[in-house]
Amino acid sequence: MAQRRAPLEYNRLWQMRLWLFAVFFFLYAPLVALIAFSFNDSKRNTVWRGFTLNYYKKLFGNEDLLIAFGNSLTIAFLATLISLVIGALAAVLLWRYRFMGKAVVEGAFTLPLVVPEICMGVAMLLFFTRVLPWPNNLIWPLNLGSIIIAHVSFCFPFVALVVRARLASFNKEQEEAARDLGANDWQAFRDVLLPHIRPALIAGGLLAFTLSLDDFVITFFTSGPDTITFPVKVYSMLRFSVTPEVNAASTMLIVLTIMLMVVMMAMQSRSQTKA
Amino acid sequence: MDQATAKGAKAAVKPIISFRNVSKRWGSTVGVDNVSLDIEPGEFFALLGPSGCGKTTLLRMLAGLEVPTEGHVLIDGQDMGDIPPNRRAVNMVFQSYAVFPHMTVADNVAYGLKIDRVAQPERDTRVQEALDLVQLGHLAARMPDQLSGGQRQRVALARALVKKPKVLLLDEPLSALDAKLREAMRFELSQLQQKVGITFIMVTHDQTEALAIASRIAVMNKGSIAQVGTPSDLYEFPATRFVADFIGSVNMFEGTLIDDKPDEATVACPELDPHRIHVPHAVPGKETSSVWVAIRPEKMNLHKDSGAPPSVPECPAAHNVAKGEIKEISYLGDISIFHVLLDGGRLIRISRPNRSRFDQDNFGWGEKVWVSWVGSSPVVLQS
Repeated sequence: MAQRRAPLEYNRLWQMRLWLFAVFFFLYAPLVALIAFSFNDSKRNTVWRGFTLNYYKKLFGNEDLLIAFGNSLTIAFLATLISLVIGALAAVLLWRYRFMGKAVVEGAFTLPLVVPEICMGVAMLLFFTRVLPWPNNLIWPLNLGSIIIAHVSFCFPFVALVVRARLASFNKEQEEAARDLGANDWQAFRDVLLPHIRPALIAGGLLAFTLSLDDFVITFFTSGPDTITFPVKVYSMLRFSVTPEVNAASTMLIVLTIMLMVVMMAMQSRSQTKA
Repeated sequence: MDQATAKGAKAAVKPIISFRNVSKRWGSTVGVDNVSLDIEPGEFFALLGPSGCGKTTLLRMLAGLEVPTEGHVLIDGQDMGDIPPNRRAVNMVFQSYAVFPHMTVADNVAYGLKIDRVAQPERDTRVQEALDLVQLGHLAARMPDQLSGGQRQRVALARALVKKPKVLLLDEPLSALDAKLREAMRFELSQLQQKVGITFIMVTHDQTEALAIASRIAVMNKGSIAQVGTPSDLYEFPATRFVADFIGSVNMFEGTLIDDKPDEATVACPELDPHRIHVPHAVPGKETSSVWVAIRPEKMNLHKDSGAPPSVPECPAAHNVAKGEIKEISYLGDISIFHVLLDGGRLIRISRPNRSRFDQDNFGWGEKVWVSWVGSSPVVLQS
């Protein structure tokens, strides 16, 4: 006879287990299928015809795709860097100072989180064609400028949000103690506040990087013929046919994102044990 | 410290800290209201008052973390004006200790010296000295989250003292410790102060703490200083009702000055009628003016009810006595507190030490008693 269930041990109910299984199945089965079929030796995706790495070979021979991939990484890296600086500064500003119209500024910062992406995309398209036409013939990576700016605009609020939450737990006396011990404003910021918000910067940076890396809608509206990103390229490949090559490309993107996650989480847990 | 006090006896020593007509306002809120105060070198000074009385603001003005709206703050004779906290010769131990969580104990203590660009060998020796001073030498490599609250406080102390400040500021240093540790730390703080010989200024809301450690105390109320004096001054000679009430506990009677001679005075209190209060000294103030009489619970005596009022030495008959009934007895071990309801309708506190393990008098609940006090016990207050 099984042991009696404790009041909160819902995970021992068979109904709950079934539910959990269903959730995991519908979440991950499509991903598993996508990855599995990237190794399928067939031009179509429907039937399994045996294992092959051909499509990965093809992928790495596809120069357009590789360029798009390079663009994506560059954009994500630069957008993350800029978002971290702007987002952290915005968070510190809102946390530390009281000023006229603070609520308005706070609302404006969170606006990009709630405005539908398609609207942002159209707005960016109009902005970069009418208000601030971005020259077409700039050298790499300056030609990616408009996409980077667009990405920063929706990435930095996430950084600000995470950093702001972290700042709430900061003991202001620590900064005062640093000042009292002889540090000027900058030294107090560098030695006390910055170490405190570091985990938030890591988390925010990761968020910004992944958001930027796989953004499709906004990028679609802001990219030109020479500035294709990886997701946009994958979409254009889909328009011809759903070949296993698309699967392989998507798999690469998933693997890259997961790897980044692991690295960042390792960094974060290390900085936590240090702190 | 001994030298400083010896000099102080001869001539007025130049104060290390001076507040001159200092006020601090935030909009219409008054934090500190026209405070003038001198603190001498080598003192262990306490700023004492209820929360929101401005004592912490005063301390933060010394550190440079607040700027006075009006008036001047002088440290060692120098007007601080807008001088920022990092360029003042004072250091502070914060209420939360504010130990940097991402640095080891040694790095915490070394921080101020690193900022000052003190070179490596000297820095290490000074850090070690400071840690030894607070008996933390063996924990130098620990992280703050591996320390107890008391140890973290020592880190904060060492971190401030290592910079050799002219004045050490302590914001509620003992409030976060448990009772036993608090008592031990009190003793240790005054030991430390004597060892390093610099001025300590402590902010506290706990009058026992202030009485136990400080050599001089400023009692603050609503942004102003109510009285400055030694602990016994404040306890035995309070200047106002607020001070009498805030320091220790007190039985306060409102009354009228009916007889004021150069060497004695009499006060009539409706709550004590028909008995009156007699004091063997003159009271400043006009006859028939209204005054308050404060008497400490331990300076009142209990007598068994034998019909006639007990006689009080050097005092006219039927003065300095009152009749009542014991309503409650709190036995605290070393002393017992008696709550006596006087016939005039007033509930008072009387404390008696339990000197013997077998109490001969053995007062009981509901017992009718007489209360008396000698003429030197009451303090007559004008405000």
